[in-house]
Amino acid sequence: MDQYIACHDCDLLHTARSLPVGRIALCSRCGAVLYRHKRNPLDRTLALALTGLILFILANSFPFLAIKQAGLSQQTTLISGIIELYHEKLYLVSLLVLLTTLVVPFLELCTLLYIFLPLRLGVQPKYLAVSWRCLSKLRSWSLMEVFMLAILVAMVKLAGMATIVPGVSVFAFAALIFILAAACTAIDPTLIWAALEESWRR
Amino acid sequence: MASLTAKQAGLASCHVCKLLTPLAQLAARRGHCPRCGSLVHQRKTDSLNRCWALIIASAILYLPANLLPMTHTAHLGKIQEDTIISGVIYFLSTGSWPIALVIFIASIFVPLLKLFILAALLISVHRGSRWRPVDRTRLYRMTELVGRWSMVDIYVVTILVALVKLGALADIEAGAAAPFFALMVVLTMFAAMAFDPRLIWDQMEDPRDSSNE
Repeated sequence: MDQYIACHDCDLLHTARSLPVGRIALCSRCGAVLYRHKRNPLDRTLALALTGLILFILANSFPFLAIKQAGLSQQTTLISGIIELYHEKLYLVSLLVLLTTLVVPFLELCTLLYIFLPLRLGVQPKYLAVSWRCLSKLRSWSLMEVFMLAILVAMVKLAGMATIVPGVSVFAFAALIFILAAACTAIDPTLIWAALEESWRR
Repeated sequence: MASLTAKQAGLASCHVCKLLTPLAQLAARRGHCPRCGSLVHQRKTDSLNRCWALIIASAILYLPANLLPMTHTAHLGKIQEDTIISGVIYFLSTGSWPIALVIFIASIFVPLLKLFILAALLISVHRGSRWRPVDRTRLYRMTELVGRWSMVDIYVVTILVALVKLGALADIEAGAAAPFFALMVVLTMFAAMAFDPRLIWDQMEDPRDSSNE
């Protein structure tokens, strides 16, 4: 049944044909994306994932905001915010923030590297099926772009009360969001399906 | 194969690798995809019940999330408690209406809209409705896409709590609404994931219903 593909939103069967580079196949009935043919999918995804990892380390090593008022100043990293929530006994909320802004994006980057580094080198990653499945689950819980919006809201909120100084980390964070989104759109799923096929035939 | 669904053809599509497997072959492999080994379901299991349960739970959590205070602010000796709505009103009164709009849409409007849309979709599936399936599928995709933005208020509180520790001058603490709100957003996200849009289309294939509507 390799030549057919079912739409994941409406279940209609389509004949899978090879596409020109850069084109997307849409479901004829509901318009969902069936598959796409990307230019240089391995190189691009890998390059973007590596960039993302560097930005992730930058974003979490420096304070992202500093506040100054009447000679007093206070700065914060992402982790210090989570620790502060934990001290206020909001365990559930601090865990959720920890997962969605730190752990999940980090795992997402690691999974991308785990899948695409071996594939680029022509080797099959050992747990390809599991990691590919995890990647799609992780993506829906990686909420860094929402966090970025929150930084902007917090800056405006405090602007009247004190002086706010954005740190290095804010810019790294902003760049990371675009890089991660680009990495995810650079993926060519058909490539993974084919790799899965090979690992099964072996 | 002009307009046949995988279900009508007796096939199940693997959501990980998209391989189509005949049901008999799937049963022989105890439901695991022959290509990638993931568990394959023709439709998401118990989609309607799980989705209803999550919607009802989030609707209940929506009340404390909006009625209890989200932040306690101490500024120059004054202590102030803010719910999400009073925060929006505060921003409106100080003239920063873009922020008021962002908070209102993300924290109040989107969760409510999402609950109503999902409930409407569920009811339409229960009733076997054949009304505008393309638009209903679009509505579903929209709820999946916008839900995550509701988390913005939780993050704002996280940042404020960490940043504003200026001793006697100012201090902000998270309020009782925070855990309810966070849980509500997570449950609505799970609810959207639990819904299976293919159920909308299953009605279109059933010849018995062609007389309805």
